Amino acid sequence: MLKPDLLIVGAGPAGMSAAVVAARAGLSVMVVDEQPTPGGQIWRGIEANAGTARGRALGAPYLSGLATVRAFRESGAVYWPSTRVWQIEPTLRTYVTGPDGTLMIQPSAILIATGAQERPAPFRGWTLPGVMTVGAAQILLKAPGTVPAAPVWIAGCGPLALLYAHQLVRLGGAVAGFLDTRMPAPLAGAARLAAGAVLRSGRELAKGAYWYADLHRRAGRYVRGVVDLQALGTDRVEGVRYRTADGRVEEVETSLLLIHEGVVPELHTARSLGCQTRWHAGQAAYVPVLNEWGESSVPGILVAGDAAGIGGAEAAIQRGRLAALRILSRLGRLPAGQEGAEAACRKALARALAPRAFLDRIFMPRENVFLPDDDTIVCRCEELRVRDLRGALSCSVGANQLKAFTRAGMGPCQGRQCAYTVASLIANVEARPMGDVEPFRVRPPLKPVRLCDVASLAEEAAPP
Amino acid sequence: MVVDCVVIGGGIVGSAIAYGLAGCLDDVLLLDGSDGDPRAAQANFGLVWYQSKGVGMPAYQRLSRESVQEWRSFHKEIEDMSGVPVEFVGRGGLAYCLGDEEFEARQAILSRLASQMADTGIEMLSRGAVERLHPGIRLGPEVTGAAFSTLDAHVNPLRLLLALQRAFAHRGGTIRRSESVQAIETGRGQFRIRLKTGDVDAARVVIACGEASRVLAEPLGMTLPFTLQRGQIIVTERMAPFLAYPSDRIRQTACGTVMIGATKEDVGFDPGTTAAAAAGLTARAIRVFPDLAQVSLVRQWSGRRVITPDIAPLYERSAAFPGAYACVCHSGVTLAAYHARTLAQRIAGRGSWHEMEKFSARRFDVQAA
Amino acid sequence: MFRLLEQGRSGEDAVTIDLDGQPVRARAGETVASVLMREAEAWCRATPVSQARRAPYCMMGVCFDCLMLVEGEGLLRACQTYVRDGMKIRRQIGARHVVPSC
Repeated sequence: MLKPDLLIVGAGPAGMSAAVVAARAGLSVMVVDEQPTPGGQIWRGIEANAGTARGRALGAPYLSGLATVRAFRESGAVYWPSTRVWQIEPTLRTYVTGPDGTLMIQPSAILIATGAQERPAPFRGWTLPGVMTVGAAQILLKAPGTVPAAPVWIAGCGPLALLYAHQLVRLGGAVAGFLDTRMPAPLAGAARLAAGAVLRSGRELAKGAYWYADLHRRAGRYVRGVVDLQALGTDRVEGVRYRTADGRVEEVETSLLLIHEGVVPELHTARSLGCQTRWHAGQAAYVPVLNEWGESSVPGILVAGDAAGIGGAEAAIQRGRLAALRILSRLGRLPAGQEGAEAACRKALARALAPRAFLDRIFMPRENVFLPDDDTIVCRCEELRVRDLRGALSCSVGANQLKAFTRAGMGPCQGRQCAYTVASLIANVEARPMGDVEPFRVRPPLKPVRLCDVASLAEEAAPP
Repeated sequence: MVVDCVVIGGGIVGSAIAYGLAGCLDDVLLLDGSDGDPRAAQANFGLVWYQSKGVGMPAYQRLSRESVQEWRSFHKEIEDMSGVPVEFVGRGGLAYCLGDEEFEARQAILSRLASQMADTGIEMLSRGAVERLHPGIRLGPEVTGAAFSTLDAHVNPLRLLLALQRAFAHRGGTIRRSESVQAIETGRGQFRIRLKTGDVDAARVVIACGEASRVLAEPLGMTLPFTLQRGQIIVTERMAPFLAYPSDRIRQTACGTVMIGATKEDVGFDPGTTAAAAAGLTARAIRVFPDLAQVSLVRQWSGRRVITPDIAPLYERSAAFPGAYACVCHSGVTLAAYHARTLAQRIAGRGSWHEMEKFSARRFDVQAA
Repeated sequence: MFRLLEQGRSGEDAVTIDLDGQPVRARAGETVASVLMREAEAWCRATPVSQARRAPYCMMGVCFDCLMLVEGEGLLRACQTYVRDGMKIRRQIGARHVVPSC
């Protein structure tokens, strides 16, 4: 069995940065990642794209990832790409399946750096072919470099939607229309947050404002105050019907609708271990309960990067480094001369997080983002609609029993796409705050794994 | 609040008894726990099964068989009343044997059962006969045969729980959820159930809350000897139908998923799941059906069975406090029909309790003497 | 639905996969889902629940909508499956069969 000092799940900004600090200090570090190359989603394909026209069009923040990837490649950390972690037991024993088959790892500490996923925001028709997330389209842009074949409709709210539209236009694509679901932010509060943010991160905000202005100028249409969406079609998307805050309903034709309602931390891994989480109202997301080092409520389990709470790539780098420093100190392996490292990380982290409260406020998802109408599919895997769940809500005691009675969350995605909506429906029906509602318990495997991959452990695994 | 009867425990055992009682008594209150409580009823494999039960205990063999037979009409009754299909399939059930040793051991069990009951309805099938029952899939080379019982069946245990609770409500029963019993007080032929949300008085109380039963039953003069045993189960992605019959360790559900279970582990209160258990379960499943190798495992969970010293259920009536009853067992699905019909009637005072005495904890005193 | 920004030099960076019996050109190093999104029929399966058509949705392995049958491997997420020359891919219609059909 492999017994590294530190196992890192995820080779994005946080995971790579932690690996660099820990490996340079002499720890045996193993990094497992589902992608074939390092970078996470934000710097996906960076090694191939650097130095190309596409890389330049993706922008400076994207290209900045190359330095981290290079440092990671040279750090001495053992890197397992194309490998998925499917179970972590309370003893920290971890099971992974990759090109070399299924293996057991028994690390001394685990850093969960699994990033974020786009907020699942169900609306009628969101399961039709031709509806995909903006993040998905951006992944296709980064590799192999594809753009929508026709001018595209984008709906939603959040920096990623603006960034993607900007990148798309720079690379020769076109935006047919943008359906902005952003709620008007209360001016006074937003202005106060903005003032603070501008002082410390004026450049980033200026960039955001520029994306916005650019989108206004280049999108065929720009529709503000969209409060409801419906993708039309039977076998594929043929159009979009939307309603604005002032009650106007319109339909447009399109074969592709990109949707984005912000991002939320990947909590599946942490929750499977019983790490405590809480509802973060400002980010409209569950986040893990962590101390200032990223240590979770479960000893030996740390979380860094967007999985610890949405903060962006620069914050992820610093959180990854801080987590690594903590693990070094816990293992008594903190090298001399690292006294200043913590302070530098904390200073950089504070700078990176400075605009966050402002961004969270202006891109706060609309109130009904997790409360679609009765006809909307909530659980994509089991094809359960809101009304199917409402019928069982009155006779169940919580999310787990609702799952048992309806199968919501029992499909291959294991609740990744419906857990928020189900929790929100319970909160809504019982008039409780989201923070009071415990989402589904997470069951292994974290990712589906074939029976043969599991069975191959039968000889190796000692009985419990 | 005053009711005729309070049933403590909203699992399959408690819900089945409460449903039955609601057909005999006016006011029946079912108390269910919260979402985070250990719920063996939500971790069940779903067999309605008697082919391996009651070796050395003919009363348990008869009880299981009677309940499996009752299920034929019972599932329709609760489906009609609740509107919830429970996916009952009663074509018979198998226990696959790998190698000659397992075949002989299984044969020996069948012989012992046959010595206790005329016409058990269980037989050993050769490999060839098992193959004929599985036209859609090849058997692994180690499969030597199987035990086959024509009466055994399977059901969706989660739908069953929902159906029982809805049927109970349909009969006029009341369910209070997210409750936790603080104490049961006695006096003047009444029980006072102390709850955080207020007290309930009842002439009868039935304790049927699995592993939490002992601490409530003890003060009422009922001793419940049982230990906890962890069972882990895994389930696959949905598959096109290929298994017409359930078996004791593999069954295909109505929606196409394949359940593979279950471990039997003495690990106390540990609610976890282990990859080692999944490895053992999947390895055996692949030995029976090699084509399962490339099927994806979607979920794994565990539950804790309450296991009595002889595996058979405990039906207890308090001598010190008439009106207090307890029911603890690990085979709540198989026995649901019996619990809803016979046991509930006896608790309601219909018919003699005499036949239940065989399932009192006193049977262990006799054995010890 | 999508188009490549740069048509690669024909030859070394291209592979051919078999999609439902039809040869489809793909870039080395791209995912099956990404190839599919350039097809006229950009859908990957019909669900086992209602036979509704689905296509890749998240492209990062968290929605499990892009499940496709990969010869010799099983029903896998197309967005996490990288192309190999000669690889056989099938759209899965309804629930998969225990004995793979491709």
